[in-house]
Amino acid sequence: MDIHEYQAKKLLAEYGVPVPKGGVAHSATGAIYQANELGGDKWIVKAQLHSGARGKAGGVKLCTSQRDIAKFCDKLLGNNLVTHQTGPAGKMVSSIYVEEASDISKELYFSIVLDRAIQKVTLIASTEGGMDIEKVAEETPDKISKITIDPAVGMQPFQARQLVFTLNLPNSAIAAASRAVMKCYRAFRDTDANLLEINPMILTTDNKILAIDAKMSFDANALFRRPEIFEFRDKTQEDPRETNAAEHDLNYVGLDGNIGCLINGAGLAMATMDMIQHAGGEPANFLDIGGGASAERVATSIELVLSDDNVEAILINIFAGINRCDWVAQGIVDLLNKRDIDIPLVVRLSGTNVEKGQKILKDSGKKVTTADTLSDAAHKVVAAWKQATGK
Amino acid sequence: MSIFINEKTPVLIQGLTGRMGSFHAQEMIEYGTNVVAGVTPGKGGTTHLGKPVFNTVKEAVAATGAEASIIFVPPAYAADGIMEAAESRIKYCVSITDGIPTHDMIRVKRYLFARAKPEDRMILTGPNCAGTISPGKAMLGIMPGHIYMQGNVGLIGRSGTLGYEAASQMKELGIGISTGVGIGGDPINGSSFVEILKHFEEDDETEAVLIIGEIGGPQEAAAAEYFQKHMSKPMAAYIAGLTAPPGRLMGHAGAIVNTSGESAAEKVEILQDAGVMVAPTPSDMGTTMAKLLKVK
Repeated sequence: MDIHEYQAKKLLAEYGVPVPKGGVAHSATGAIYQANELGGDKWIVKAQLHSGARGKAGGVKLCTSQRDIAKFCDKLLGNNLVTHQTGPAGKMVSSIYVEEASDISKELYFSIVLDRAIQKVTLIASTEGGMDIEKVAEETPDKISKITIDPAVGMQPFQARQLVFTLNLPNSAIAAASRAVMKCYRAFRDTDANLLEINPMILTTDNKILAIDAKMSFDANALFRRPEIFEFRDKTQEDPRETNAAEHDLNYVGLDGNIGCLINGAGLAMATMDMIQHAGGEPANFLDIGGGASAERVATSIELVLSDDNVEAILINIFAGINRCDWVAQGIVDLLNKRDIDIPLVVRLSGTNVEKGQKILKDSGKKVTTADTLSDAAHKVVAAWKQATGK
Repeated sequence: MSIFINEKTPVLIQGLTGRMGSFHAQEMIEYGTNVVAGVTPGKGGTTHLGKPVFNTVKEAVAATGAEASIIFVPPAYAADGIMEAAESRIKYCVSITDGIPTHDMIRVKRYLFARAKPEDRMILTGPNCAGTISPGKAMLGIMPGHIYMQGNVGLIGRSGTLGYEAASQMKELGIGISTGVGIGGDPINGSSFVEILKHFEEDDETEAVLIIGEIGGPQEAAAAEYFQKHMSKPMAAYIAGLTAPPGRLMGHAGAIVNTSGESAAEKVEILQDAGVMVAPTPSDMGTTMAKLLKVK
């Protein structure tokens, strides 16, 4: 789960990580109020949305007057901002963060990630702050320092020093930088985070350390024990189709194609999407209905796929292990008894109780195309879609 | 031979008396698995499905000599259950549980690593997997056993249902499986492809291996390197997620493209460069293996 910059800074500040003073606002008036509260004559005003690369997209501005702030808010608040990370639709700017401007002497990079290769938490720092870190890693790997944390004892202060001494900081800033790194680690550990990125972490002209940007992401599987983090969820940043699916405990990812799919198992769902593309179509979504799906759950899932107006054909692919093909078939028939589906529907059932399932579909007399194999199913749904839409 | 489990392996079920545990225990027993005991804290001394139930894994191992364990414990407590199994000298453990926090799994891995020498270390597969099956011998999982034919191909997959798809495609072509191992869809796996490949390489009965990977993480690239350097047996692969957009979590907690090398296209290229035969589509997993066995 992602959170906003202002939320991450609030959380980090509670752990003692130095961040600039700032306040969040939901209107131009609110933003001007926050600027007045901060005082001074220049402010950094930042669009809040779940994306990096906001600066390049015009989502961050140095303002020197109330009029500047109002203009910026009017342009962005409530509208979608497209960054190179959001996709072409962009994401809604749900709030504005107003911060005191800082005098920068050095820009550094700092992050904490889960390194999947060594299966440990790793801290990364670089003198090349404000840059795309993947690019730095590729072009000048010697400018990147890493520290790996032993999970049995957690991070030790010497490790923070090892990292910080690679950053060419003045001696007077070393202790503060080490403390900031330790505090970031504690925040990461205590909140079940899976990413913390501060880019840039700066050294001010008066040799203070400050986190100028902050990005945090959390393990969705751990939210049950982190209710305070779950409070940070912002539904305006989600695809409404995905929010709706999550409410039904379904795993859904919206895509741009026309063929809706409904599959059990994440791997098989991805494979089915790939097969649809191979057959000449484009998937409209990823949907894993999970194990032990009841007839009711199947019907709900089909409704969910249908709620996307781009969907012009549906492929249901179930390889039943814990699932039962007869439950799935019953779910399909129940829904078709309740409502008409006027787009092609192709169903492939396999595994537990497959004969029973196929019989239920056949005996229902409903207009359902059945397929025996994954390949057969994908080709049939693409052919039916082409025929129905003339595409 | 098969790897990890056979018809004799004494099996313990952690969470036997729960709904999931009961249902799948019954299926495993019917398949012929030598289930010897269950563990549910607080229900020690009772009997469930005709098997004795113990309060702790330690007691169960002492009383029954259980060597393998399968864990059906809710996500919040599963890491604890895995460490309990390791502490009680279980040799092979399957964790089915989906949704264990990543930070918990980091601790589990550290615990497994620290508490025993490599040769004594408990082998963990999963979490978030369908389990392990040695067809015709024993099943430690939640898969439909009948779709697996006994034979000589080692199967390893991150996805459960995609593993079923592969097993049934192979059965259709008369190709059987020595052991099928689900390593799970989480970012931290108990065992990686490489760790399982080592066992298949040493197993006399396994002639070839099929690995089923997906987007996210460095495991497939590591498997390619291991294959090239250390394996004498031929290997085929399929990678799911060619159409998955970067930066999006595709169901499995580990299925996300965050950095370079993690996309399906890149993994296919790495595997092909290493000499692995890659199935072009998911419906070609069986035919690719048939081709590989013929070439051999």
